Amino acid sequence: MKLFFRLILTLTLSIIAWPLAAQAQLEIDITKGNLEPTPIAVPDFISQSDSGRAMGAQVAEVIRADLERSGLFESLSPAGFLEVQTNIDYEPTYSDWRIIKAEALVSGRIVEENANRIRVEFRLWDVFAGKQLAGIRLAATPENWRRTAHKASDAIYKALTGEEGYFDSRMVFIDEKGSKVERVRRLGIMDQDGANPQYLLAGSDLVLTPRFSPSSQKIVFLSYENTYPRLYILDIESGRRELLGDFPGMTYSPTFSPDGNQLVMSMERRGDSDIYVMDLNSRSTSRLTNDPAIDVSGSFSPDGRRIVFNSDRGGSPQLYVMNADGSGQNRISFGEGRYNAPVWSPRGDKIAFVRTLRGKFSIGVMDPDGKNERILTESYLDESPTWSPNGRVIAFTRETRGRGARSEIWSVDLTGQNLRRVETPGEASDPAWSPLLP
Amino acid sequence: MKPLKFLLLGGVVLGLTACASKPKPAPVQERPVTQAPQPAQPETVQQPPVTTTPNVGQDQPTPGSIEDFAYQSGGEPRVYFGYDQYTLSNEARNKLMQQANWLSNYSNMSAIIEGHADERGTREYNLALGARRAEAVRAFLVAQGIAPNRLSTVSYGKERPIDARANEEGWARNRNGFTNLTSGGVS
Repeated sequence: MKLFFRLILTLTLSIIAWPLAAQAQLEIDITKGNLEPTPIAVPDFISQSDSGRAMGAQVAEVIRADLERSGLFESLSPAGFLEVQTNIDYEPTYSDWRIIKAEALVSGRIVEENANRIRVEFRLWDVFAGKQLAGIRLAATPENWRRTAHKASDAIYKALTGEEGYFDSRMVFIDEKGSKVERVRRLGIMDQDGANPQYLLAGSDLVLTPRFSPSSQKIVFLSYENTYPRLYILDIESGRRELLGDFPGMTYSPTFSPDGNQLVMSMERRGDSDIYVMDLNSRSTSRLTNDPAIDVSGSFSPDGRRIVFNSDRGGSPQLYVMNADGSGQNRISFGEGRYNAPVWSPRGDKIAFVRTLRGKFSIGVMDPDGKNERILTESYLDESPTWSPNGRVIAFTRETRGRGARSEIWSVDLTGQNLRRVETPGEASDPAWSPLLP
Repeated sequence: MKPLKFLLLGGVVLGLTACASKPKPAPVQERPVTQAPQPAQPETVQQPPVTTTPNVGQDQPTPGSIEDFAYQSGGEPRVYFGYDQYTLSNEARNKLMQQANWLSNYSNMSAIIEGHADERGTREYNLALGARRAEAVRAFLVAQGIAPNRLSTVSYGKERPIDARANEEGWARNRNGFTNLTSGGVS
């Protein structure tokens, strides 16, 4: 079992900026969506050996897929490339890349230093300006080639957009099997692109709503393993699982505070749900809401000073924001419909939510003061939004209707322009995106 | 028919156990059961008509059994709720009176009351809603004199539907409170 949990990679991955770049000419405005994704060419990375070339092809493939999925880039097909570079330390023949309409070019190589260490080196070229934008060197163990490729994607994304990337990250999710009335759910984890899926728990108990700790090392989730729904924390690497206190009623709806020292959660007593924070060191709890309404889905702002939550105190479920001590509770959602499942963006500038209106479910975003509401999706059932580490993409659960109804994970960017299904081993729900891995 | 015989024998034993621990049980049925009572499978929220007096002349499960509890509760110990509601309808109250009567007669039995919601809400909100429904059922049974320590509640939110249909009829069946009988203490 223990091997099963050996997911946190013991890689020594260093990024070294390498003969560096002048000021960027090619800049991608991330706020405008993918109306015109930037064409980028990523040839297979070159190498001195067959094994290095094989890895170079895989690394380039992962980078192409990452950039393409972001919606900001169009990864050009290598079949159309004219120039074959044999040394990435020389400038490319820009005209060959202009002809195929590439605006950016990534030329890279794999250097196998020894059996346990590779270097992945690449240069990012601005094809139209005819200059280098970045030179990057990553060192890793060979088995970590995939994470290294994601790190490379993050570096390219950052060089071209000015924003942190999100490719070297993972998702926990709930794997779903069986018909609606005989559902079996398992806690799973995978890379953000759906690669390397694994199960984290052996049993078949009902588990729900997994959430990552800020360190990406722990997951808090709801389990029915002892009949009554309770919160548990799982340490991913050790596989150690711990019950978070046995309270008289249901404890559920957990998320970590940004410093990882607290949980915000809901506790139910005699049918009434209120929001509490639990200090994870002392295990003491303090109550933040105190009313007969449903108060659930608490989510900290990234500065830890405020909490957005879901309450039906006004008659229907709506979004409210309060200070982290429970003071100053104010409603922020005033649109038509029911508002649920708020999640504060890691950038702090937006709150994602689920809106229900006229029988349709939507993922939307609004500012923390309720302004600038924007609906990004609509379907029979879209729910459980979770933010990418850079606050630019939202992953969520989408359930289709009727016979053959499926539960899937989808993602959409902040502009609503880039709706995609996330590959999962089977049916899946409740994604929770990790921060960028250390 | 084999499972039915087994049920009958098991039911008699349960019934006798109930006799020993409770002074006034319903009389044990002597005649063989030829047809097991089928729990009602309503197509809609509408419940089959309810008989409040035990129908001793007809096929009937062994008193004190889980089947008997279902039978005496109108087919299934389950009450239904409106969309995003947790108040008990008159129909639900009538059914819960029957559950309370039965539970008064068999005081060795306890129950975990499950609260369920339909799929037209978000997961965490529905867990809260299910808890409200379970509590509404529990509080009613306690008000009828059932000892609180015999009743506990658990919310399954929308995670354990009984009807797979994605339409109003299916959703209506999935909005319910189910009295899940157990023996021994629950809280």
